[in-house]
Amino acid sequence: MFKRILSKQNRVLLSELVRTDFKLRYQDSVLGYAWSLLRPLLIFIILYIVFVKFLKVGAGTPHYAQYLLFGIVIWNFFLEMTLQSLGSIVGRGDLIRKIRIPRWIIVLSSSFSAVINFLLNLVIIAIFMAIGHIVPSHLVILLPLIFLEVYLFALGISFFLSAAFVKYRDISYIWEVIIQAGFYITPILYPLSRITNVTFQKLLILNPMAQALQDARYVLITKKTLISNHIFNGGWHQFIPYSIVALVLIIGISYFRKQSKYFGENI
Amino acid sequence: MEDDIAISVKNVSKTFKLPHEKNTSIKSAFVNFYKRDKGYEEQEALKDISFDIKKGEFFGVVGRNGSGKSTLLKILAGIYSPNTGSVQVNGKLIPFIELGVGFSPELSGRDNVFLNGSLLGFSRKEMKEMYDDIVKFAEIERFMDQKLKNYSSGMQVRLAFSIAIRAKSEILLIDEVLAVGDAAFQTKCFDYFYELKKTDTTVIFVSHDRGSLERFCERGILIEEGKMIESGTIQEVLRSYSDIVFKELDQASEAQTEAEGEARPINKQGKVEYAHIDKVSTYDEKGNLKKNFQFGEKISLEFTVNIKRKIENPIIGVTVWCKNVDKAVYANNTLIDGIKDTGVFLAGEKIILKLSLPKLLNDGEYYIEPAIANESASTFYDQKIKAATFFISGSSNPHSIISGTDKLKLEVLKKGDATKQS
Repeated sequence: MFKRILSKQNRVLLSELVRTDFKLRYQDSVLGYAWSLLRPLLIFIILYIVFVKFLKVGAGTPHYAQYLLFGIVIWNFFLEMTLQSLGSIVGRGDLIRKIRIPRWIIVLSSSFSAVINFLLNLVIIAIFMAIGHIVPSHLVILLPLIFLEVYLFALGISFFLSAAFVKYRDISYIWEVIIQAGFYITPILYPLSRITNVTFQKLLILNPMAQALQDARYVLITKKTLISNHIFNGGWHQFIPYSIVALVLIIGISYFRKQSKYFGENI
Repeated sequence: MEDDIAISVKNVSKTFKLPHEKNTSIKSAFVNFYKRDKGYEEQEALKDISFDIKKGEFFGVVGRNGSGKSTLLKILAGIYSPNTGSVQVNGKLIPFIELGVGFSPELSGRDNVFLNGSLLGFSRKEMKEMYDDIVKFAEIERFMDQKLKNYSSGMQVRLAFSIAIRAKSEILLIDEVLAVGDAAFQTKCFDYFYELKKTDTTVIFVSHDRGSLERFCERGILIEEGKMIESGTIQEVLRSYSDIVFKELDQASEAQTEAEGEARPINKQGKVEYAHIDKVSTYDEKGNLKKNFQFGEKISLEFTVNIKRKIENPIIGVTVWCKNVDKAVYANNTLIDGIKDTGVFLAGEKIILKLSLPKLLNDGEYYIEPAIANESASTFYDQKIKAATFFISGSSNPHSIISGTDKLKLEVLKKGDATKQS
């Protein structure tokens, strides 16, 4: 099966679609690709002024600026990937109605352009870490695995959303609301340690995004980050977020597979 | 599946759900769920279709608009999945449902070539090798770095076509869209089809153009209202096709005559009516009513004329129009042929006139336009446009509308070395 998925033709198509997405995104903009870097930078500056200088929410967390920026970058990756993938099948309706290509390639290609953007943003993080003289712990080798977890979580959601959007166009509004709520229940702008109610803290960390975000900060920025392992004292509860990711991925893919047969006529 | 079969279709049916109101919001899904209203109508697009296509065959799918032939093509292409039945495809298949699939108006011509090529299964390296040929063939070298949205539609089609014909595939699905375009483009298409016929490519060709179907296809099927009603050689299929088209035309013209009601001495233009042509039909040599003729068969035509006022020695004539080019290809009348005494007819008489047509016409669909005029040809008593239609098939020369009666004579007048100056 993997041989079929990674056939030469599929790989060519995937790379060509990613290329097209990327070219189209910065079409007619003067700075072009530079926006991939500029956008998170500018957003970061705003958040930095508001949260670090005025509200001082991060007092007590070392390197809070980088801590904040890293969180935003990971969250943006998740946000961008799900929002882009949501409309990807409908947006490529012209292809789906006229030619037989594996439908999942379309979702995968839009996820890859989010990945490319994410990798560019990591360059910004590296620069700020150098400025702040931050030396990551040896656990940093786990970072790719944490990113993979975020990617798979977003991918499962993307498959589900893109297939559901073909039938129900309300999905885009619903998802915008959910992701806005998600932005606040995930400890992006505030350190998790500021939630003093232990039950709430435990509930919040069950969210795969919160767990991944905290783990990533722990291994890259500062060991002072509160991670699920500490919260649950190493108990079995800490595996719940991973199970959620696996479940979302399975549901997303199987729903997509079931629906993709009818994309041609439903779009 | 046997080795020599390229596509095997077994008992394929397809039903579409047509929503009453487009059911794309969750609210209406809920509302409909509670109302226990299905919210859609079912339309059977295809009913129990089965056929096999052999490898290397040029296979025609014929049918009128809305008969389900495009649905069938999309099922073969894997774009729709059938409700029941199965389609087995033996080999690599490329559908040309439309040219330039995936073309993005915001990208340059160059980028679009690579994108479109990847959809046809070419790697970037392969496309780079072919790139110059593609651009040259499309004749748009100067524009390749411009955005596609600035191209004329002709340029877009040329570019798309020159990419499409590079596709190496064992099976090609070609929808009739390829046959649109100007004359030069059609010639290119037909050249390409001839090339395909020389190779072992299996081609499934969907069209309702008799000319190109007859020219390229060996076998085919006819689809009408979602059912396969004929399968066999393309000639058989086309004959049944014209039968159903005629049935339709006849019903339409009967309805029209009924609607026109009783004969009126004053016609629509307010002119005094002398004669009215009615009921035009074509017959073969044996006097059988017929519309599908073999090439070389004698065609005669009969029409009834209701005389409203006394007329003397009218001129009686007929014009034959070729439907494909919408031009008169043959016209003759009693005046030209020197028949002066056609007779005296009195008001209230009903006469039947018979004319025979020359054996000039090649394959195609033709209209007959009979006319009756006064002795000096100054007034047309009546002229019935598109009064009847007939088909001719089986000519060995489908490249022109008429056949010459004399054989072509070839003489080589000069022979010499082209490199030497003459």
